[in-house]
Amino acid sequence: MQISMTINGTDITEEIEPRVLLVHFIRDQLRLTGTHWGCDTSNCGTCVVLMDGRPVKSCTVLAAMADGHSITTVEGLATGATLDPVQQGFMEEHGLQCGFCTPGMMLTARALLDHNPHPDDGEIREAISGQMCRCTGYATIVRSVQWAAAHPAGQDRMDEMEENAGEEVTA
Amino acid sequence: MQIPASFDYVRASTVDDAISLLERHGPESRVVAGGHSLLPMMKLRLARPEWLIDINELFELDFVLRDANTLRVGAMTRHATLLESPEIARLFPIVADAERVIADPTVRNRGTIGGSLCQADPAEDLSTVCKVLRAEAVIRGPGGERVLSMHDFHKGPYETAVAHNELLVEVRFPIRPHSGSAYEKVERRVGDWAVVAAGAAVSLASDGTIDDVTIGLTAVGIEGTVTEAETLLRGHRPGEELFVAAGRLAALASDPVADQRGPVDYKRHLADELTRRVLRRAAARAGEAQEG
Repeated sequence: MQISMTINGTDITEEIEPRVLLVHFIRDQLRLTGTHWGCDTSNCGTCVVLMDGRPVKSCTVLAAMADGHSITTVEGLATGATLDPVQQGFMEEHGLQCGFCTPGMMLTARALLDHNPHPDDGEIREAISGQMCRCTGYATIVRSVQWAAAHPAGQDRMDEMEENAGEEVTA
Repeated sequence: MQIPASFDYVRASTVDDAISLLERHGPESRVVAGGHSLLPMMKLRLARPEWLIDINELFELDFVLRDANTLRVGAMTRHATLLESPEIARLFPIVADAERVIADPTVRNRGTIGGSLCQADPAEDLSTVCKVLRAEAVIRGPGGERVLSMHDFHKGPYETAVAHNELLVEVRFPIRPHSGSAYEKVERRVGDWAVVAAGAAVSLASDGTIDDVTIGLTAVGIEGTVTEAETLLRGHRPGEELFVAAGRLAALASDPVADQRGPVDYKRHLADELTRRVLRRAAARAGEAQEG
């Protein structure tokens, strides 16, 4: 069957088997491997993408169900070379160690801040409670999201980046 | 890697379209709502429908509407919407109590009330909530609509009165004046199925006595509500002694199964303790409630 959707702002049309899960469609067919595939049982949350702005576990959504919808993956967070404040926050506050949960964590954080720009720590922990991190103990993730909330335009980081112009910055 | 067996996929455009698709494709077709029960079962090949009828685009079934003394909730209303509704939180705090402990926020963005009720998992929370609130299920089929009590809706574990060519379209909650409700669940870890959970709804008469009360338990093998405890409470002033007695009766009525979530004694103990807690909270909320 044929499906069409908007991925990170780009309209795509692809041929799929109906049984293909959204996570595999994104990773294997679109080659957007920033979305991770973890437990396969909708527990770990590393496969989280935004569907019409809401976090969903893409291992438990069929690609066919996303037909006509708008999907944002971690590759869609940055605008050109400018990182999303959430991505900057994860750098500033060391929100990751191994990085496996990070794409899902950052997308959930983005959706939370879009909905609630000034969450308290409890609200952040609640928002990410369907996602697992085995490295950070969550403390630095919460701080990273708070950094993004405090810097909605990512201003400080951008200033710093301008000062360090010429140095390569990687996410 | 868990991948479902092959199937054909079709998206329903209206409720009537969904019903005619079910008729056309017969018993090997299944309706998928949020998909957070059915898709995992399909991935494990515990379910192998030949046709999957997707009703996620039926926005006509995604609503929360007040209609005189009834709150009407569309079957495709997501858990997240139920949890975010201030009207539901005010009229039926038991729904918000339960939604807060159903799976996790990401799963709640997809899962629906209709899907949960139709899945009819014995450890599912909203089935208990609907029984406690004396909700009615509106089912539509080729011949029109029928309205069933939750008692008639539930046929047993994983079994409901919804026939193959029918669709649950709406859940109706009667609004009662001076009433309060509460739900409490013990789980092994956040977002898990209940070890045991309890729900209660209390309505107070003008003299402060209990006019009406319902008590429901999740995952302890009780089909309906705990009528013995309800009878004991009705007509009396809410109070700790009564709640303790009601908890004891709830534990006696329970018939839990020992499993990885705990032994029988522990589950009975929870039925007792959680019944007391939800009665306390429901009665307190009923005392604070102004109107219906």
